[in-house]
Amino acid sequence: MNSFSLLSEAINNRIVMKIHLKIWRQKNQNTKGQLETYTLDDVDAEMSFLEMLDMLNLKLAKQGERPVEFDHDCREGICGQCGVMINGIAHGPLKNTTTCQLHMRSFKDGDTIFVEPFKAKAFPVIRDLKVNRSALDEIIAAGGYISVSTGQAPEANSILVSHEEAESAFDSAACIGCGACVATCKNASAALFTSSKISQLAKLPQGKKESNKRTVDMVNRMEDLGFGHCTNTEACQVECPQDISVLNIAQMNYEYNKAKLVK
Amino acid sequence: MALTGLFLCFFLIIHLLGNFQLLLPPEEAQLQYNLYSDFLSNNLVVKIISYVLYASILVHTLDAIYLSIKAKKAKGSSYVKDKRNRASKWYSRQMMLLGTIVFAFLVIHFKDFWFPYKFGDLSSDINGNKDLYTLVIVSFQKLWYVILYAVAILALGFHLLHGFFSAIRSIGLYNPTYNRIVKSVGVVFAVAITLGYFVIPLYIYLNA
Repeated sequence: MNSFSLLSEAINNRIVMKIHLKIWRQKNQNTKGQLETYTLDDVDAEMSFLEMLDMLNLKLAKQGERPVEFDHDCREGICGQCGVMINGIAHGPLKNTTTCQLHMRSFKDGDTIFVEPFKAKAFPVIRDLKVNRSALDEIIAAGGYISVSTGQAPEANSILVSHEEAESAFDSAACIGCGACVATCKNASAALFTSSKISQLAKLPQGKKESNKRTVDMVNRMEDLGFGHCTNTEACQVECPQDISVLNIAQMNYEYNKAKLVK
Repeated sequence: MALTGLFLCFFLIIHLLGNFQLLLPPEEAQLQYNLYSDFLSNNLVVKIISYVLYASILVHTLDAIYLSIKAKKAKGSSYVKDKRNRASKWYSRQMMLLGTIVFAFLVIHFKDFWFPYKFGDLSSDINGNKDLYTLVIVSFQKLWYVILYAVAILALGFHLLHGFFSAIRSIGLYNPTYNRIVKSVGVVFAVAITLGYFVIPLYIYLNA
């Protein structure tokens, strides 16, 4: 089968859907937002969710209307930029998937899809589906780093890190900072995000000396920024695109309690 | 929250073990239960622990109110379409409601038993101890009172189902294996406490 017949077969087997969208439109932080209804007649099932929004925006631009603003960057599920509430679930119905990795085949012809921005006091809406998540950067800036230069990559046998510890630290480091945990949490807590960074660093020997200060500074910053507290409902892990474990939160609590006790 | 909660869990076990004396044959139960109550109210160590208990209930309640207010402030405007509930257990989200039911129950519980025992005019049994036993037995002759207890204990059970493991997490146990054990222990604990506390009023009612 040559490439032409493959292409024509793909075109012939194309599933085209009619999709109704209810999208949150909000001019800026100070205005009130509301849902607007749009209908797209020829949505391809193989389109990604963001491509479907691109299609809508093209249509809006042609009609002279303001396009829907939303965050996105890599569209490969690794940067953490995209993130909206789709039908009331952060990043939509699929497990461990970012918005950009959700495809229209997850919906049916004639479906109505609600699209809203992540909502939390610490995440003010900039416009439409775009929210300001710099509060997460501020938590990292409060201590999510090692402040001394550790130089070149060390000789592998001079500081031993067990395979399990290295893997576990890497699992914690997999957080992409999308903010789905905050949007999903009933208390709008950033505990999963903050703890993934704290426990990643706590598991590794570099920067051990400042681990107490780091933990207390990051947790205090998280509180100051107006995030809620963690009540261990574990919803954050369920909706996390990276399946970051809630046990990171337990480790953060351990590190924090330890830091407060030795102080 | 975690520390006061765990102390209250510990109290629940002791209180239940003490109450099991109500299941003894009536004559024996009356004397033994009244003697036990008398011992508790006159022992210095128990007295100190009881003040810690009152303080724990108060701190646990105030902390819950503070955290609820904080969560309310942290939340943005609500979602028009909200399906976030799929990701968590209902009782883990309704700890405040369950706690409020338990607290309301505690007020009734204190009013009906603790207050008459401490300050009321109770008759004495043949050993000269205040007859708390008869007060308890008479109270649980009423069906509506047993149902009230059942509702409160069920709320307590769900509260513990989330509360026990959550408290251990808040203290900072992060080892995955131990966490699995703690979760199982928490379920066993919640079920045992619920059944244990429910069996007593039911037994008294059925034997009336």
